Amino acid sequence: MKEMVRLQGITKKFGNNVIIPSLDLTIYDGEFITLLGPSGCGKTTLLRMIAGLETPTEGSIYLDDENVTALPPYKRDVNMVFQHYALFPHMTVEENIKFGLMMKKVPADEQKERVAQVLYLTQLEEFRNRRPQQMSGGQQQRVAIARALVNNPKVLLLDEPLGALDYQLRKNLQLELKNLQRGLGLTFIYVTHDQEEALTMSDRIVVMNKGVIEQDDNPDNIYHYPSTKFVAKFIGESNFFDTETETLALRPEKLNLCEEAESEDKAAAHPEPAFYGTVVDVVFYGTIDKVFVRLDNSNQTVVAYQYFDDVKRWTPDERVGIWWYERDEVKVQR
Amino acid sequence: MMKNGKLLVAPALLWLSIFFVIPLLIVVAVSFAGRTPYGQVIFSFTIDNYLRFLEPLYLKIFADTLVVAIVTTLATILMGYPLAYTIAQLPKKWQQPGLILVMIPFWINFLIRSYAWVIILRSQGVVNTLLLNLGLIDQPLQMLYNDMAVMLGMVYALLPFMVLPIYVSIEQLDTRLLEAASDLGAKPLTAFRKVTLPLTMPGIAAGTILVFISSLGMFVVPDVMGGAKSALIGNLIQNQFLSARDWPFGSALSIVLAVLSLVLIILYYKALQAQEGGDGDAKDVA
Repeated sequence: MKEMVRLQGITKKFGNNVIIPSLDLTIYDGEFITLLGPSGCGKTTLLRMIAGLETPTEGSIYLDDENVTALPPYKRDVNMVFQHYALFPHMTVEENIKFGLMMKKVPADEQKERVAQVLYLTQLEEFRNRRPQQMSGGQQQRVAIARALVNNPKVLLLDEPLGALDYQLRKNLQLELKNLQRGLGLTFIYVTHDQEEALTMSDRIVVMNKGVIEQDDNPDNIYHYPSTKFVAKFIGESNFFDTETETLALRPEKLNLCEEAESEDKAAAHPEPAFYGTVVDVVFYGTIDKVFVRLDNSNQTVVAYQYFDDVKRWTPDERVGIWWYERDEVKVQR
Repeated sequence: MMKNGKLLVAPALLWLSIFFVIPLLIVVAVSFAGRTPYGQVIFSFTIDNYLRFLEPLYLKIFADTLVVAIVTTLATILMGYPLAYTIAQLPKKWQQPGLILVMIPFWINFLIRSYAWVIILRSQGVVNTLLLNLGLIDQPLQMLYNDMAVMLGMVYALLPFMVLPIYVSIEQLDTRLLEAASDLGAKPLTAFRKVTLPLTMPGIAAGTILVFISSLGMFVVPDVMGGAKSALIGNLIQNQFLSARDWPFGSALSIVLAVLSLVLIILYYKALQAQEGGDGDAKDVA
């Protein structure tokens, strides 16, 4: 695969405040890669450094094999979709989209053609003469994407582009964006703190915490085989069991509940419970019940997801055994 | 507000009608009145006062005033914009002190400040004494009592009125728009021309209105620093009321000035509306 962006020994400090200690990352051509992490983890700073809006304190940034570390944003062949769109309020939709082409002195008829193309692609044709402030959030979002895409950048940078939209709209736009990226074969670097968004859209997820990459893998592995406790906690829910030598992470849907006193043949049908405990709460979530169990002889409460076709529905104060298959255990770094 | 707060605006309305609307109506009435040779106002209806304004002498004063006002406005834009921009780029904690420095002259009476300029610029003044003692000049430079002095005084007096509205509009400017412009390939100067300047135009326009209208009516500066040669319309009006005791003509001149100002303000709002492109309608369409 062809390298598109290479970050080499990137360090970023604001005064004495170290945002990114030292980071290496390679992004390949045509990839949809997501930088995922809580706010303040350095993901946006990293994206802004690729755009040229921030300068790394140390390290180098390569774009398509060219060292761009010292280049200002207007000399880099990348474009950004900003978190709050940052559309020019004194220009129409069409003027906003045309801005980048005008800056690059693209011939007028080619400008027209390319603008028409992205207007079609983003279904904005009927809004071309509107001002941004006359449009809904979802429409403004599309304009922001069109304004960046029209320049045919080598890499499209997206900084929480769906963060300001409501849930339903976000869901729809996630799919649209993913399809757009697949269709154009463009490299997308996407920043979000929304793990669900990351899992749905990405080819690869880079989970960041305090400026450090915790895990860099495909969504499947990130979810099923988190390599650190942080990743297991940040993406989905996890139960942790500490043994003398290691920590085991278990997804709630992998925990099974059984009655404390079972008939022999029932008990023989599954592994022996690792723990016994008392149900403290049962919360209905539509497709599942979340059952919270306080373990005997410890303060730990674990959560197990119960699908209704599985087993009986539990009620608080019931005694339960908790068992799982060994294959579902994930050893994580503490 | 209008529904439930009607009573709350009553004091302001009362105040304005007693001390603003009624006096204004009196001035309008007087501008159509005649006078006795000793300056007594006689209430009769005549437009002579307005016709007198059309005499070449007065038209020339009016034209001079317009030129001074226009030059003053342009000079305050050229000096005020960079100043306002610089203050707006300062770290947050230095912006307030910066603005206070711009406004500190207001703490001192304007007449006193004008005389301060006289002390600085006159033949035996600070500047000339310094230059003479340094041997840079043989005889004092004539810096007072000419058009340059009037212009200098006007710009000095009105600069804050340009800086403040421009500062506000720059300060409100979303810096992410500049990042977006840069990201889309605009060099800093282009980004300024295409984004910063158009979006801070309302500040420039507001400053222009404030400075232009204030300089149209200014009489202290030409009086103190311009000497007898530079009479502007403000001085003319002042003379009609205080020396010539021709209240009707003074009133007519005031009304001409007021109407001109009003027209300018209306044009300003029209231009502003056109620039915002009918912002108010159809805000949330989908």
